[in-house]
Amino acid sequence: MTLHIDIEKKLGTFSLQVKADVSGERTGIFGESGSGKSTLMHLVSGLMQPDKGEIILDDQCLFSSFKKTNISAEQRRIAIVFQQAMLFPHLSVKANLLYGFKRCRTENRLIKPETLIDLLKLQPLLQRGVEYLSGGEKQRVALGRAVLANPRLLLMDEPLSALDDTLRFQIIPYLRSVSEEFRIPYLFISHSLTEMQLMTDHILEIKNGRCIDETTAEQLARNRMAQSPNGYINLLHLSCPNQQRGLYSYKWGNNILFVSAGEQAEQSLFELSSREIILFKKHPEAISARNLLDCRVAEMFDSDGRVGVVLSANGEKLVAEIVRQAADELDITIGSSLFAAIKASSFRKLA
Amino acid sequence: MVLAPEDITAIWLSIKVALTATAISLPFGFTISWLIVFKPFRGKVLLEVFINLPLTLPPVVIGFFLLLLLGKHGWIGKLLAEYGIVLIFTWKAAVIASATVGFPLLVRSIRLGMESIDRQLIDASRTLGAHWYDTLLTIILPLSFRGILAGSSLMFARSLGEFGATIIVAGNIPGITQTIPLAIYDYASSPSSTTMALSLCMVSVLISVSVLFLHEGLTRKLDRSRAL
Repeated sequence: MTLHIDIEKKLGTFSLQVKADVSGERTGIFGESGSGKSTLMHLVSGLMQPDKGEIILDDQCLFSSFKKTNISAEQRRIAIVFQQAMLFPHLSVKANLLYGFKRCRTENRLIKPETLIDLLKLQPLLQRGVEYLSGGEKQRVALGRAVLANPRLLLMDEPLSALDDTLRFQIIPYLRSVSEEFRIPYLFISHSLTEMQLMTDHILEIKNGRCIDETTAEQLARNRMAQSPNGYINLLHLSCPNQQRGLYSYKWGNNILFVSAGEQAEQSLFELSSREIILFKKHPEAISARNLLDCRVAEMFDSDGRVGVVLSANGEKLVAEIVRQAADELDITIGSSLFAAIKASSFRKLA
Repeated sequence: MVLAPEDITAIWLSIKVALTATAISLPFGFTISWLIVFKPFRGKVLLEVFINLPLTLPPVVIGFFLLLLLGKHGWIGKLLAEYGIVLIFTWKAAVIASATVGFPLLVRSIRLGMESIDRQLIDASRTLGAHWYDTLLTIILPLSFRGILAGSSLMFARSLGEFGATIIVAGNIPGITQTIPLAIYDYASSPSSTTMALSLCMVSVLISVSVLFLHEGLTRKLDRSRAL
């Protein structure tokens, strides 16, 4: 998918002026509330008309003030997953799911309802009224409805921010599996860096109605490490839990990690702040932290005076954060060996 | 309860007039509400004032204007006369009078229903490929059904009670244009007919209560079907 945006829009005192070329399947639009992310989404989808400029999707001009072109929202084949699920309250789950599918031309109906219903595990919900669904179920149906419209581009406008943390990370695997299975390119709009890390390959960063950077979630997380209250968030996919003496041991590649807040699910996603990792030059004699990883420094980066140390533990990557003084004292350089100590209680389970 | 044969005719005529006025006004009320709520256009305020005018004007004034319009020498009356259509002093004139007076109530209720629809639902339907008429029929119409129901009940009830405009354009001809309020007016003018007037009042109350019950019943049924 290639998307060329060069538009201007004035809304009262706020003005949006974005020029960007997006390519790839998984793009994020990142910015704080009020930065203009949602306005941009409305302009791309055709729900709002730019004052000036052009929007071109895969060589098709969707809007051009120069050529006087403006393809209407209903003809753009750009579906949206809204922050609140926005299911039609008078229709059943099934009728909601098929709303876009029925209005999609037969030759474009590449995704079949049965396949999607299986993938999103919606079968038990089909005959229900939408008011009786939980927040997570509603969002799954909303995702299904958008995907079944067989869009060329899917816009996800903070689809997880109305959900609590537990639900949020339960929905992410569905979002990912839908995009992987059906290969629908998407723009994922969010102010959460963790969601960006999980959902996108590259990012447009929006601030005050301007696109200030084109970057990756990884780079953004590194840049923001020093300012962020939680530092850099490491996202760890752990597997094969085994409960022993009040702790869970998990496999992390070829490493074993001990975690307090584990559970029996085969696969789990944990977050670990870069600030929860203590580095040792030599093997400490005795230590209360349950995890001590023998690592090699793979990379180092600066973030506002702090040093990010990218550690490699048997091939698995982990970012630790230390102050410049500590980096100098420990004489850390790329390739040097370190021990990383992590308390079992430092891991936070996401899903 | 004592009812003369003319009273029975008045009751049926009232119901016929109220039902016809409501049925004729519904499509117009729905379209105008949709325009006001969803479409930006110049002169919207003017249209709103014009629609709501019958709410504030005395019905007699409306009746008089209608008489000027529909009468032999009126713009519309003259035009219709060419096709042999005469409205004044027929039950059809009573329908027009009721429709004009009750129309703002209908529009108000439908508007309220439409205004409570989340705009993002309409955005969602559009991005799912629904054209404006499709969105209108599949999203806006069903979601404003409660407003349509309330507006229709209100308009029906208002039409049943219409007096001022009706007496001017339709007259008070027993068996032809005499509705319940006009018949009560006739009875109330003579002291010996108090019982007859009271009987028609009771019928009026009965019809109004039935309409309100029907409205409540339908609303509840609607809520139940939504909840499933």
